[in-house]
Amino acid sequence: MLKVRVIPCLDVKDGRVVKGVQFLDLRDAGDPVESAMAYDAAGADELCFLDITASHENRGTLMDVVSRTAEACFMPLTVGGGVRTIEDIRNLLLAGADKVSIMTAAVHDRDFVRRAAEKFGTQCIVVAVDAKKVSDEGEPLCWEIFTHGGRKPTGLDAVAYAKEVAALGAGEILLTSMDRDGTKIGYDIPLTRAIADAVSIPVIASGGVGTLDHMVEGIRDGHASAVLAASIFHFGEHTIREAKEKLRANGLPVRID
Amino acid sequence: MSVAIIDYGSGNLHSAHKAFERAAAESGLGGDIIVTSDPDLVRRADRIVLPGVGAFADCRRGLDAVPGMVAAMTEAVQDKGRPFLGICVGMQLLADRGLEHETTAGLGWIGGDVVEIKPKNASLKIPHMGWNTLDQKREHPLLANISTGPHGLHAYFVHSFHVNPSDPKDVVATTLYGGAITALVAKGTVAGTQFHPEKSQKLGLALIANFLRWRP
Repeated sequence: MLKVRVIPCLDVKDGRVVKGVQFLDLRDAGDPVESAMAYDAAGADELCFLDITASHENRGTLMDVVSRTAEACFMPLTVGGGVRTIEDIRNLLLAGADKVSIMTAAVHDRDFVRRAAEKFGTQCIVVAVDAKKVSDEGEPLCWEIFTHGGRKPTGLDAVAYAKEVAALGAGEILLTSMDRDGTKIGYDIPLTRAIADAVSIPVIASGGVGTLDHMVEGIRDGHASAVLAASIFHFGEHTIREAKEKLRANGLPVRID
Repeated sequence: MSVAIIDYGSGNLHSAHKAFERAAAESGLGGDIIVTSDPDLVRRADRIVLPGVGAFADCRRGLDAVPGMVAAMTEAVQDKGRPFLGICVGMQLLADRGLEHETTAGLGWIGGDVVEIKPKNASLKIPHMGWNTLDQKREHPLLANISTGPHGLHAYFVHSFHVNPSDPKDVVATTLYGGAITALVAKGTVAGTQFHPEKSQKLGLALIANFLRWRP
């Protein structure tokens, strides 16, 4: 039976983990490779690196991080952030990423998703969907795609956009509620369910996890195939194992090898 | 012992290379693991690994684009009986035909077609992506000391097509996803995994070590 996936996400800037991973006894909490190895040992099902490096010149450090992580961790690795060209995807895959997440470039040029999937295969193309609720109280629910960390509206309906990128060859959707991101009050469940039910590819729920129950809700009520979280794991509030035991206690299948 | 991982432009072989090195070191088997697109090195290798990601037809074209590679593989595996492991699309290429987008000839080392996964339950997502357990259909050295069944270890899958073998005896293990999906095939000195052992942590490293020990 296919298991629900628990995916820790690390924000990486100039080759360092932003804020750092505060759990376990890492020698260097800012080293993405050491953090990746700790999550590997802790039983994470996949790992996600989100590169928030501003300058293009410093992108090389990310390649080095990906490469060293792939040498040490025998688990799937998704890398996103600043992916704009086919060459960007190729470089990340060659460095050792298994999947590459595309965001703004897909919003601006939908055909990029098709070209990327044709070139490298559906299995490695993740489209990141950052959505915000735009409907008012009492109106039918409606979410719009935003770029630039939720600051820039695009006029695109999130559900229609998700269906479109799925049809173009995306293999998975990384769905982040920009309303909930950083709030710790839980995933936007109606949004997650609306997208997950609209597409035939797996959806990763992201944005807003504050408790382990939120993860249960993301899968059970949001119909997501995987849950992504950052601070809840990084700051040692909960372990991967605790998250999986919570999911299991709620009747959801998890991998504890 | 030398192991050749064939590089024909299909994806990243970095983690496969490192996983084979780790498994060889941890199991005390040692050996020289090389990533190569040189048919002569493949011909001389003691064991051969064919990875593959992406679409079947692209991978077939990529393999054919390396002059002499298919001939070298055929000589080493079919004539000299060297152990061979195909991974993901590298496993699918063992079949007679791939039916993804277009009909493409495979190597024909394991009879059957590569067909789309069509789960009976329409709510199941495609690709089949993530961790799943193996249901062992018969004994095989590649699964020695690996716990299988619903409570066994997990393997990492990511695929939308799978091998439908013409001879059920070639199937060593399946996985359950809206029906039985072919997970591990073997015939003579040829074996293939639909899952990625190089991404499957404990189960993966154990299976790679078993492959390095395998004396078919």
